[in-house]
Amino acid sequence: MKVELSINGRAVSADIPPSLLLSDFLRENCELTGTHVGCDTSQCGACVVHVDGVSMKSCTLLAVAMDGRSVTTIEGLAGTVGAELHPMQEAFHVNHGLQCGFCTPGMIMSAVDFAKRHPSPTEGEVRRWLEGNICRCTGYQNIVAAILAGTKAMHAPQGD
Amino acid sequence: MREFAYHRPGDLQAAVALLADGESRPVSGGMTLLPTMKQRLAAPPALVDLSTIPGMAGVTVEGRTVTVGALSTHESVASSPEIVACIPALASLAGVIGDPAVRHRGTIGGSVANADPGADYPAAVLGLDATVVTDRREIGADDFFIGLFTTALAPDEIITAIRFPVPDAAGYAKFRSQASRFALVGVFVARFGPFVRVAVTGAAPCVFRQKDIEEVLARDFTPSALTRISIAPSGLNSDIHADSEYRAHLVMVMARRAVEQALGAPARP
Repeated sequence: MKVELSINGRAVSADIPPSLLLSDFLRENCELTGTHVGCDTSQCGACVVHVDGVSMKSCTLLAVAMDGRSVTTIEGLAGTVGAELHPMQEAFHVNHGLQCGFCTPGMIMSAVDFAKRHPSPTEGEVRRWLEGNICRCTGYQNIVAAILAGTKAMHAPQGD
Repeated sequence: MREFAYHRPGDLQAAVALLADGESRPVSGGMTLLPTMKQRLAAPPALVDLSTIPGMAGVTVEGRTVTVGALSTHESVASSPEIVACIPALASLAGVIGDPAVRHRGTIGGSVANADPGADYPAAVLGLDATVVTDRREIGADDFFIGLFTTALAPDEIITAIRFPVPDAAGYAKFRSQASRFALVGVFVARFGPFVRVAVTGAAPCVFRQKDIEEVLARDFTPSALTRISIAPSGLNSDIHADSEYRAHLVMVMARRAVEQALGAPARP
C-alpha cells in the first residue's frame, strides 16, 4: 500500500503492508533506529515520536495511517531548532538525565511536547506526564530535573 | 499481527458500506484495537480507518447539552474550555485515561464502542445519562452497554457523537491499576435536580448503575451519607489485581470521593 509522509522534514514515499507499525517502518525501512521499542505493548514510551508535533506511541500506530502526516523522531529533533542539540537534549546531557539510555529518545520526545504545553511546570506535573514513559533503571530524579531545565531553556528569551 | 486490508473512506456512508461483511473492524485511534491485534486476540480481515472522516471531531454546546464528536481525542476533551466549564468531571475523567501519548491518539467514540470493563468513559456515559449518536439512530446510555465488550451497536454501526446533558453536579473517582492505568474501580456520580445517577466501571464485566447508592444520595448528597451502606461483592470481578470483596469496598470509597469532587473538592490526579 502506498504511503506518503514527511519524516524529519523530508518527503518519504513507500509501498508497505498495512500491518507495518510506524515504529518498525522508522527503524527497518527508514533506518532511523533512534526510536526504540521497549515493550511493544503501548506501556513504556521508548517509541514516542511526534505526529504533526504531538507525542504519540509509534508502536501503536499503523504506518499507513500516517499518510499525509508529518513525523518527527529523535534524529530530527535538533533540526527543528537548527542546532546541534535541541535544548531538551542539552538539558538531559547537562543533568545526566539517563543511565542506560534506552528510554531516553522517548523521554525527550515526550518532554518536548510537555514543555510546549507547560511553559512553567511544577515537578508534580512533570512526574504525572511521565506516566507513559518508563525508565527501567528508575533514574527518574535526573530525568525530572532535566525536563524542568529543558523546559526553562525552551522558553528562555532568544539571543545572547 | 496478521495481515489485513486497510481502507480509509472519505465519508461515513462509505465507512458503513465497508463494514457490511460483519468481520471488518472500524478503527480511529486504535489504542485498544491495535494492541489486541498485536496479541492476536483479534484478527479482522480489514480495518476501516475512520480517523480522517470530516466533521466527527470537536465539542459543541447547545443549551444544557454538550455534544462531543466521536473522533475527539481524550486530550481534546480534557482540555476543552467548554467541557471544563460545563462538565468539569468529564474533562478530569478524560485527563486520567491511559497516559499523555495515549490521550493524544485515543478517541471517545472508540472507547465507548469498545466497552472495555475497565475503561473510564463508559462510567461518564452511563452516569450522565448520555445519548450515543450513531450513523443511523440514537441510543440511550441505559440501553447501550450490554455486557463484556458488548454494546447495542450493530457490527457495521458507527458512533458519530456522544451527547451529554449538563448536570447540576458531577464527580468521578478512579482507583487505577498502576501498571495498565485502567480503572480497578471507577465511580461516576451525577446529580440532576432531585435525581442522582451512579455508574460503576472496572468492578464488573460491564459498567453498571448502583441503584442503592443513587437512592441514598438522592436523599442526602454528601459523602457521609454513604458511610452507612455497603455493596455485596457477588458478581464483581475477582482477578490478580483485586478480589471481589476488595472491589466492593473500593466502590464505596470511590463513590464517596466522587461526591466530594462533585461538591467542589479538586479531582485527585
